[in-house]
Amino acid sequence: MEDGVKKFLYVNRKAPYGTIYALEALEVVLIGAAFDQDVSLAFLDDGVFQLTKGQDTKEIGVKNFSPTFRALGDYEVTKLYVEKESLDERGLTADDLQDITYEDEDDDWAEKPSILIVSRSEMADVMAGQDVILSF
Amino acid sequence: MSYEVDGQEIATDEEGYITNLADWTPELAEVIAKAEDVEMTDEHWAVVNFLRDYYEEYQIAPAVRVLIKAIKKSMGPEVGNNKYMYELFPYGPAKQACKIAGLPKPTGCV
Repeated sequence: MEDGVKKFLYVNRKAPYGTIYALEALEVVLIGAAFDQDVSLAFLDDGVFQLTKGQDTKEIGVKNFSPTFRALGDYEVTKLYVEKESLDERGLTADDLQDITYEDEDDDWAEKPSILIVSRSEMADVMAGQDVILSF
Repeated sequence: MSYEVDGQEIATDEEGYITNLADWTPELAEVIAKAEDVEMTDEHWAVVNFLRDYYEEYQIAPAVRVLIKAIKKSMGPEVGNNKYMYELFPYGPAKQACKIAGLPKPTGCV
C-alpha cells in the first residue's frame, strides 16, 4: 500500500429515508473518494435497506438516491460489505439488493460485483482491519 | 440572479445554477453558456449531454476526474484529458459544464 493511504470504512446502520444519515454518509463517501484513500462501506442493521432495489420515494417527497450507489465504482469505491445476519433478520436476501458493479482496471475493465455479503464475524474482521471507521 | 429564455424568467441560485432542474432546455443551455462566455461547440454539447445522462442514471453530477475518465472512454483521449476539458470550460469542466447542463453543483465542488 502506498504511503499516506489509509483504510476508511463507512458504516451504515440506518434506513435510507426518515433521517438524513444515509444520504449524508453517501455524500461524505463521494467527497472523501477524491482523496485517493482505500474506501469501503459496510451495511448492517436497517442500513441494509439502503441497497434494496425498486425504491420509490414519490409519496414521501424526497429524492430517491439509491441509483447513486451504482456510481461508486466510478469513484473507485468497490467494496460494499453487507452483513448477512442483518439481511436475514429483515427477511431480505442478496436478490433484494441492487446490482452494483465496478470495472476492474487491472483486469481489462472486467465488470465485477461490488456487494460482498459477509457474516457477522467476518464483518468484525473487516472492521478490525481498518485505520478509520466512520459510523452513520 | 436569473436567465431569460423566450421572455420567460428562469430562477437560479446565487451562483447561477438553475433551481428547478425541469426548467432546462437546450435553448436555456445556450443562454447560460453565453452568460459564462462559453461558445457551445459539438464538443461542449457532448460533455453537457454526457453530464445529463450521468445525472439521469445516477442522480448525481460526477466529480471532474470521473467526468474526464468517462469522456476519455467514450470519446477518446484527445477530448478526454484535463487540458482539453479546461479549454472547453475554463472555469472547470464539472462546475461550469454542470451549470450549462442545468444540474446542481457537483458534490464536493467548492
